[in-house]
Amino acid sequence: MSIVHVKINGIPVEVEAGTSVLDAAKAAGVKIPTLCHHEDLKATAACGLCIVKMEGSPKIQRACASPVQEGASYITDDPELFKARKTVIELILSTHPAQCLTCIRNQNCELQTLAAEFGIREQPFEPRVKRIPKDESSPAIITDPSKCIKCGRCVEVCQDLEGVYALEYIGRGDNTQMVPACGLNLDQSPCVKCGQCAAHCPVGAIYERDDTEKVRNAIFDPDKVVIAAMAPSVRVAIGEGFGLPEGTVTTGKIYTALRQLGFDKVFDTNFGADLTIMEEGSELVHRLTHNGVLPQLTSCCPAWTDYMEKYYPDMIPNFSTAKSPMQMQGPITKTFWAQKTGTDPAKIVNVAIMPCTAKKFEIGRDDNMSSSGYKDNDIVITSRELIRMIKLKGIDFANLPESEADSPIGEYTGAGTIFGCTGGVMEAALRTAYFEVTGKELANIEVDSVRGLEGVKKATVDINGLKLRVAVVSGLVNVKNVLEEVRQARAEGKEPPYHFIEVMACKGGCISGGGQPYASNTKNRIARSEGLYEDDEHCKIRCSHQNPSIQKLYKEFLGAPLSEKSEELLHTTYQQRPIYK
Amino acid sequence: MSEKNELKFSDSLMQFINEWKEKPGNLIMVLHKVQGELGYVSREAAEKVSELLDVPLAKIWGVVTFYHFFKLTKPGKYNIAVCLGTACYLKGGDKVIETVEQTLGIDCGQVTKDGKFSLESVRCVGCCGLAPVMTVAGEVFGKLTKDMVPTILSRFE
Repeated sequence: MSIVHVKINGIPVEVEAGTSVLDAAKAAGVKIPTLCHHEDLKATAACGLCIVKMEGSPKIQRACASPVQEGASYITDDPELFKARKTVIELILSTHPAQCLTCIRNQNCELQTLAAEFGIREQPFEPRVKRIPKDESSPAIITDPSKCIKCGRCVEVCQDLEGVYALEYIGRGDNTQMVPACGLNLDQSPCVKCGQCAAHCPVGAIYERDDTEKVRNAIFDPDKVVIAAMAPSVRVAIGEGFGLPEGTVTTGKIYTALRQLGFDKVFDTNFGADLTIMEEGSELVHRLTHNGVLPQLTSCCPAWTDYMEKYYPDMIPNFSTAKSPMQMQGPITKTFWAQKTGTDPAKIVNVAIMPCTAKKFEIGRDDNMSSSGYKDNDIVITSRELIRMIKLKGIDFANLPESEADSPIGEYTGAGTIFGCTGGVMEAALRTAYFEVTGKELANIEVDSVRGLEGVKKATVDINGLKLRVAVVSGLVNVKNVLEEVRQARAEGKEPPYHFIEVMACKGGCISGGGQPYASNTKNRIARSEGLYEDDEHCKIRCSHQNPSIQKLYKEFLGAPLSEKSEELLHTTYQQRPIYK
Repeated sequence: MSEKNELKFSDSLMQFINEWKEKPGNLIMVLHKVQGELGYVSREAAEKVSELLDVPLAKIWGVVTFYHFFKLTKPGKYNIAVCLGTACYLKGGDKVIETVEQTLGIDCGQVTKDGKFSLESVRCVGCCGLAPVMTVAGEVFGKLTKDMVPTILSRFE
């Protein structure tokens, strides 16, 4: 890759050839405003805010879509550029409802921030806001097209990052809307509820269904026993909402905050993750040793599960029947824990705190999600919602003391915690599968070949002579090539190319899930994954099968992995679903 | 795609689609043909094209809603196109539309309840000398006045 030398506002900078002026400016420490560009996505040059000048050229260019030229000197701000940008913002504001105070993105909105930075104090253009009804059909995502600024990020995310094609530019010009085909609502569309559209929306046009009030009402109801359990990746993201560095592990502070919020018990979905490994790992070993259907596909990610049922129903026999950690934690709370403590399960309200919007859909997927005889999980809130609840309660999160989760279904191992990033489920499963096959512990439990943020990782892991071929995918758009390899081998009657495939819908895994704090990017994906690996390293026990609480649960209640009781509570079924309703 | 898609394309349309299947830029060509055969692009037709060309339905819907040419609802037995090109507009094309709307009790872009007439506005039909102009089922009527409209429409049964 050749290096190009340019100047940004006189600051010399060296970047790789092909770098956009926008990224070169970033490298030089100069921020060029934009509302449509996002590093996860290809440049669409839609908003017209990132305009710059190149010395010696009369043309104004869009920095996001212009590659740097060797020796060029770029100007990112002068009176003409400022005026043009300010006009663009004023024009957007003229079609944007002035509802900042009641908007979910208040104080966390890219448009609002820019309007403040540009010192917009007047509305020179006549307001012409279109009132378009909200789409509230989905259990996870709400769209409010009146607030859409037509940047196109959601469409690009849905198609290029996730390969789902639920959203598209429908209509033309001023009447364009980012909506599903055929006038259908989201719930009738192929939407898998991953929430990446919401996580990338610069304004309040797409957002998670807010369930915080339901949680507060349950907490203030004296008849309810309200129980919190948070997913692995939540612990490395919440801190960002309170000014802590990206990736800070705040497990103990979150436990304390949850108690201060009024939860009666604080468990941890990492325990559920350990349990998932016991079941899913045993399932893998069973498939390997009993000539079962291979490759086994992971099933923890509800967006991926939804995608598979719609786009790859021929893979249903390959899907692990093990439920996700959340859907294991729920029924165990309402059965094992309830019995142990003499709590009436009808009074338990399980609140799952998740990095994910699809989890809001998962709790009501089908009857398997009520295996305890009650709804196994009652409410799901995302990391963003928990941050809002903590702020509303007036808790000084950054200075909270740490505390421990409640026993006996709150203890977790390092294997449980790494579930939150791409490759983590694979690594955790390998640690336990190795033990199950060989009866010995792995000498080096860190499986570096499945770590990292690449969309597809392939590796061969040696388990006592058995060369286990694995693939790890994050970002649903990357799943196609891997599954086509599997299909092709099947069609040709060949041995499957892989034994085990992990899939997470979101780029980098749950650490940058659709419910995580806004502005996921490579930098905070790395920081959050490092946080989880650090948490893993600090755990005294790092393999799920060594978790004493898990061992106790099997001894006292479940019997063994894949036992009748485990199957009843911890496993599920899948069915083909139409892409469009 | 929807399980119950039983829409049948004609043999010649299927042949055309197969011919164009692998060629880049085929989508608009195919959609033109589909509209030529069915008079519009229904959801079922779009779904069928999606299956045949392996293009997501959302992409197809993006195209048909972008181009004014494509119709998403079934046109009436007789489609009325009133010209609002520059010449016709200056000669009172908007008045012609108004009259048709009043006569038929529908708005522009709609179809009468009995399915007999549909009404659309178009940009220039290529005979500005006859302005203002409308076509009914392809037949051109020029130098229109408001009074002429009901008489013309009554000729179509």
